Amino acid sequence: MSTDYDVGKGDKIHAGKPVTVDRYTPGARVNHWITATSLVLLALSGLALFHPALFFLTELFGGGPLTRVIHPWIGVLLFFSFFGLFLRFWKANLWKREDGTWLARIRDVLTGHDERLPEVGKYNAGQKFVFWAMSVLIIVLITTGIVIWDQYFFEFTTIGQKRWAVLVHSIAAIVIISVWIIHVYAAIWVRGTIRAMTRGSVSGGWAWRHHRKWLRELVAKSSKGKSGRTPAE
Amino acid sequence: MFQPVPNPSTRPEPPKFGDQDLIRRSASTVTPPAQRQTEVAKLIDVSKCIGCKACQSACIEWNDTHPEIGINTGVYDNPHDLTPDMFTLMRFSEWENPETNNLEWLIRKDGCMHCEDPGCLKACPAPGAIVQYSNGIVDFVHENCIGCGYCIKGCPFNIPRISKVDHTAYKCTLCSDRLAVGQGPACAKACPTQAIVFGTKEEMKQHAEGRITDLKSRGFANAGLYDPPGVGGTHVMYVLHHADKPEIYADLPNNPRISPIVEAWKGVTKYAGLAVIGIAAATGFMHYLVSGPNRVSEADEEAAEKLTGEERRP
Ligand code: HEM
Ligand code: SF4
Repeated sequence: MSTDYDVGKGDKIHAGKPVTVDRYTPGARVNHWITATSLVLLALSGLALFHPALFFLTELFGGGPLTRVIHPWIGVLLFFSFFGLFLRFWKANLWKREDGTWLARIRDVLTGHDERLPEVGKYNAGQKFVFWAMSVLIIVLITTGIVIWDQYFFEFTTIGQKRWAVLVHSIAAIVIISVWIIHVYAAIWVRGTIRAMTRGSVSGGWAWRHHRKWLRELVAKSSKGKSGRTPAE
Repeated sequence: MFQPVPNPSTRPEPPKFGDQDLIRRSASTVTPPAQRQTEVAKLIDVSKCIGCKACQSACIEWNDTHPEIGINTGVYDNPHDLTPDMFTLMRFSEWENPETNNLEWLIRKDGCMHCEDPGCLKACPAPGAIVQYSNGIVDFVHENCIGCGYCIKGCPFNIPRISKVDHTAYKCTLCSDRLAVGQGPACAKACPTQAIVFGTKEEMKQHAEGRITDLKSRGFANAGLYDPPGVGGTHVMYVLHHADKPEIYADLPNNPRISPIVEAWKGVTKYAGLAVIGIAAATGFMHYLVSGPNRVSEADEEAAEKLTGEERRP
């Protein structure tokens, strides 16, 4: 078995023309889409209360009072759903030496010169940034969110604490929405990425181009599996 | 004696103020009326209050609220705090005057101050859930309230309370419904000592002057009017015998103002926040225009095939 930090249970190469590489199990994909849906619904219901110009968004949730009621519950769903993703993905998102080099060459990243970038594992530094930013922000949002969830938790904090909480909650919301925009944009910009979360697999060329280290690890793993030998360490 | 508001006639009359007199409306922009109505005010003379709670009873009766029967915890405050069913509350404080060594029993009628710059209204996200009339009344409109509790965070006096029954916010209305037909507030009408009087804001200030002069002549050198400028003045004012120390009256804030945290939340955060989201989206869009999609090439696919094929050979 592979001990690579970033190779997931279901990650697997299917040889052929073209090669395809399994990247996400059905469980991971369902987990991802529940998280994504709740994040979008939270952004919409939260922004409805954030600025008067966006109050009309409450119509999507059946009016102002229902928006107020439903938002924190979706938050709870998001928290647990993201926690599932966290358990699945945290290891592959640990910071590695090549991530620093990758970041230092951010110009090449943005201009699509992948050939000038170091080989990276299952996630590059940008993806790792999104992962850790989401993790931290969701903890901030659930903590401050509970402090301002007056229907059930009013007695537990002072009004002064609630003022801070609502300020921090709205700032964290802005940041997480911006991180989400980066995340979605990257998935659209880097062609061949979205199918990883829909069909669960990517093309071999995609893995070669963007996550070559991961692809090499998978190749090494599968040749090991095929031959049934354990190479000398 | 201040001449109380006379009973109005029994003939139906059009309301004296309404939606056309709004100077502020939560989460909305209103064009204020060209002519502002005369500002009204309630003056509470703490030195005249005997703590009988007639005002509380009148408030319950007029507003038809049904406060729970409470329990005695050893103080006269009843109930122990403002509730969605108790818009005004006599707060009793025992204070030892260090100058005279006298124990003074201070009784303050707590309730909405009807700030000229209302923090609740500033914080409220629901259009029209809180309104301010040009006569100074700050009123909650329950049909528009979503029960979020932001008004509680905005209020410098800790006044609004959310009902557990209909999940909307409640507080003193300054009897806007009575004033609209020419009556005075129920509490002022019920007060047996004229500790609560009602009139125009100017009249109330003048009346307070007289009271303060009287108190000073009786040895309360620091007697004064509580009309805090930090919130633009209020339409409920106090005459305090120790106006230099409002906090001894059950923590009446010394220099109330809308919390800077609330100002930041409702001010710069909104504009900067929407700008940041807009910039993030625009940057993505521009990047796409400039650099186009990042596509996997044929060469990439071939390289992958070569790598996987090669390595797979036994
Ligand atoms: C993680 C758990 C979360 C909880 C428990 C939570 C809870 C709350 C609560 C209680 C409120 C006050 C309004 C209401 O009562 O509905 C609120 C407001 C808000 N929430 Fe959340 N929330 C969470 C996550 C999020 C997320 C992920 C976002 C953004 C994507 C977000 C964005 C907002 C915004 C923008 C507001 C309005 C703040 C303002 O009025 O300035 N929340 N949240
Ligand atoms: S609870 Fe207060 S802040 Fe929220 S909508 Fe009602 S009046 Fe406005």
